[in-house]
Amino acid sequence: MSIPKKITLSTTLAVVIFLFACSVSATTITVSKNGPVKTISAALLLANPSDTLLVTSGEYAEGNILVNKKITIIGDNFPVIDGKEEGEIFTVTADDVHFSGLQIQGSGLSFLEENAGIKLKEVKNCSITNCKFLNNFFAVYLAKAADCTIENNFIKGESVREVTSGNGIHLWYCRDITIINNQILNHRDGIYFEFVRNGKIQNNYSKGNLRYGLHFMYSDSCEYANNTFEQNGAGVAVMYTKNVLMKENHFINNWGTTSYGILLKDISDSKIERNIIDQNSVGLYMEGCGRVTISNNTFSKNGWALKLMANSMDNYFYDNNFIANAFDVSTNSRQNFNTFSKNYWAAYKGYDLNNDGYGDVPFRPVTMFSMIIESQPTALILLHSLFIDMMNIAESIIPAITPKALTDSQPRMRPAL
Amino acid sequence: MITIKNLQKNFGKVSVLKNINVTFEEGKVTAVVGPNGSGKTTLIKSILGLVKLSAGTIEVNGKSIADDFAYRNSIGYMPQTARYPENLTGNEILSLIRSIRHLNDYDDDELMKIFNLEKEMEKPFKNLSGGTKQKISTLIAFAFNPKIIILDEPTAGLDPVSSSYFKDLVLKQKELKKTILLTSHLMNDVQELSDEIVFLLDGEIKFHGSVQSLLEDKNETKLERAVAELMTRSLPQ
Amino acid sequence: MKLVKEILFYEIHNTIRSKWVAFYTAFFFFVGYGLFTFSGDVSKAYISLMNIIILIIPLVAIIFGSIYFYNSREFIEMMLSQPIDRKSLYRGIFLGTSIPISAGFAVGFSLPFFLFGKVNDQFGGFLVLLLMGILLTFIFIALSFLISVRQDDKAKGLGIAIFIWLVLAVAYDGIVLLLIYLFQEYPLEQSMIALTILNPIDLGRILFLMKFNIAALMGYTGAVFQKFFGDSLGFIISFLALAAWIIIPFFFSSRYFKRKDF
Repeated sequence: MSIPKKITLSTTLAVVIFLFACSVSATTITVSKNGPVKTISAALLLANPSDTLLVTSGEYAEGNILVNKKITIIGDNFPVIDGKEEGEIFTVTADDVHFSGLQIQGSGLSFLEENAGIKLKEVKNCSITNCKFLNNFFAVYLAKAADCTIENNFIKGESVREVTSGNGIHLWYCRDITIINNQILNHRDGIYFEFVRNGKIQNNYSKGNLRYGLHFMYSDSCEYANNTFEQNGAGVAVMYTKNVLMKENHFINNWGTTSYGILLKDISDSKIERNIIDQNSVGLYMEGCGRVTISNNTFSKNGWALKLMANSMDNYFYDNNFIANAFDVSTNSRQNFNTFSKNYWAAYKGYDLNNDGYGDVPFRPVTMFSMIIESQPTALILLHSLFIDMMNIAESIIPAITPKALTDSQPRMRPAL
Repeated sequence: MITIKNLQKNFGKVSVLKNINVTFEEGKVTAVVGPNGSGKTTLIKSILGLVKLSAGTIEVNGKSIADDFAYRNSIGYMPQTARYPENLTGNEILSLIRSIRHLNDYDDDELMKIFNLEKEMEKPFKNLSGGTKQKISTLIAFAFNPKIIILDEPTAGLDPVSSSYFKDLVLKQKELKKTILLTSHLMNDVQELSDEIVFLLDGEIKFHGSVQSLLEDKNETKLERAVAELMTRSLPQ
Repeated sequence: MKLVKEILFYEIHNTIRSKWVAFYTAFFFFVGYGLFTFSGDVSKAYISLMNIIILIIPLVAIIFGSIYFYNSREFIEMMLSQPIDRKSLYRGIFLGTSIPISAGFAVGFSLPFFLFGKVNDQFGGFLVLLLMGILLTFIFIALSFLISVRQDDKAKGLGIAIFIWLVLAVAYDGIVLLLIYLFQEYPLEQSMIALTILNPIDLGRILFLMKFNIAALMGYTGAVFQKFFGDSLGFIISFLALAAWIIIPFFFSSRYFKRKDF
């Protein structure tokens, strides 16, 4: 994950010259503590559409700045725009507004307003790049925005309690948004999507957020690739959504009584591929999911690699690796309407006489103990007890309470690559 | 000297020794004889404190043995069958016992030579024969110059040469005014070694007197016959 | 006390020279070595090691202890004919059996950790396993001596030993599970802690699992357990419980040994 690099004066100048070249009519207004224009608000009043504001380094204690015309705001060496924890900092209501190189901090905590570092409100073609957001209530907030890009930002909150904290990147009713190479730490939710279409989230790093590293609902046709979600209070939650592609992400180390690597609720027609799901209390939790393909993922050292609730059906699990999980699969029913095939199960003890790479005996990933745990969570204190191991073996020979249909008929002998 | 008064020992409901009153005197070899299960071993074990008394008292050299263990400093005991920790050597056991008895006054050179034990003492017990272990037991019983010597079936596992050495040893100890107590099934040995004889049957002393008087009483020259006579007479009708 | 030391010294010599202890040490060494070599995943190796320690050690200790005691009977008789008090002899034999076996375990178990440089890796887990192995050795040898002192029949004694192992290693957890089902309406966490403390094998297992961050799996129960066992008071109570498992059987067997007929 790349942290936005300091923008040197020369690159800033290059951008400025470039903008001059493009549009003769546009001018650059310099905001400086020592110059004639001392505040961004003042500069905005002077600016015409398509102008550029160049903010030189220094601390600008301003907030509630309304950006209502097409404009580009560039910071030189990260000038600090400090909202002093009152209200919002930038509220954007015009299209084609671009931010870069700013350090934005101190948007005010409020129980009524969702005050953000930058809020894009019903706009198009905006971008926020190479900015730092520190200690904001919400950092980046997009409401009814479209065709925007959030790239290379460093976003860090100081959240202590869920109710008094906001999200890192928050999207509501948006479409065609690209979120790429951002680092989001210590907010409530790292990235929050609600009613978003065609979102593209790539190469982001979301860590230590109180609730979810990524939280999205009612958001169709979104793609998540190469992101890392680590040590978030509850991992990643994806709910009430269709056509999601999640690939090559890392879901790591989300431990806690209600922590999930990925929590899927009412998801359909989606793909989860080549992700690494490592050391989570629950690796993948699926409730009410349908037609989701889960393939080539590696589940390792999770408490439960997969919790598959009975109301999920027609999901297809293949070529996944299940390694060193306390429980590989658990479910709450004797019924199963999902398909498991050609996965690698480290717990599999079968043999492969015909040497085709697949075990000759089907594997039952649901153990008796995991069924007991579903109804009697207290029984978990018997984990790794000999009595339980013996019961599991007996059950695997003569299934009595585990779902008969939940088997992998072609378990791999070696991990899938 | 050992004085036993009103000794009684029960194992559960079974009475093994019934009202035993006997004194074993210094300078005498007393043989305790009787058929299997008559209580010989239990009697010896009572004296050694291996068995706790149900009733009665035992005094060794005038002191009661109840709640005492130091009195065993004056006893040398040779068990019927000896089993030792199999990975230890004779020398190690000997030095263990030496340190328990914290006595410097002991002498095993002569016995070592007689029994030809020097080399055997270096080997772990698991590599030793039954006879050799028996010899080591003898060594342990005699080496510490005890006032009382208790021998349980001492000659059973010994070869004839060692056996005769052994008998000489016992007689020599007798000369030194030791109290010697032995059990044996071999009446020839008993006749050869003993002055006194205690005949036990069903936990009771049926005869106690000198070997000589028993022979005269029964008008026999062989102790074996005299004892057999005793036994048949004592059996319940 | 000097007598105890004397007996202890020779007993340790005897036990340490037996092939048993060498085999036992080698067993733990090769198990650890094999696990670290062949299972690429350390935490899996730890779970396997834990299972071996909490199951094999009690079984071996209780059987070895019984056999050793029965085989020492004549030696005990011989020693008792010497001027030694029974208490010292008994202590000497108990420590002389427990110390070499637990030392054999400790050496065989620790070596692979050092060879593979895994000690710092999971120092807490390593320490818990090491300590647990040693304590379980003492506990089950104490139990085996209690059985052997009370039961003169060797075959019966061994039967009882294996039965006790089965109860503590297997049946006990079955009963715990049954109780969980029977009393599912009630909050069970406190009783579960009590039940765990009462069984040294379960206690060993839980103490180890708590070190491995598995508490989070257990939801509310785990939180209660973590709070108890993570606390220094809980640790002291656990330790006292394990100590009691050594002291109580030892106390009763020693008392019986003092008035036993040989």
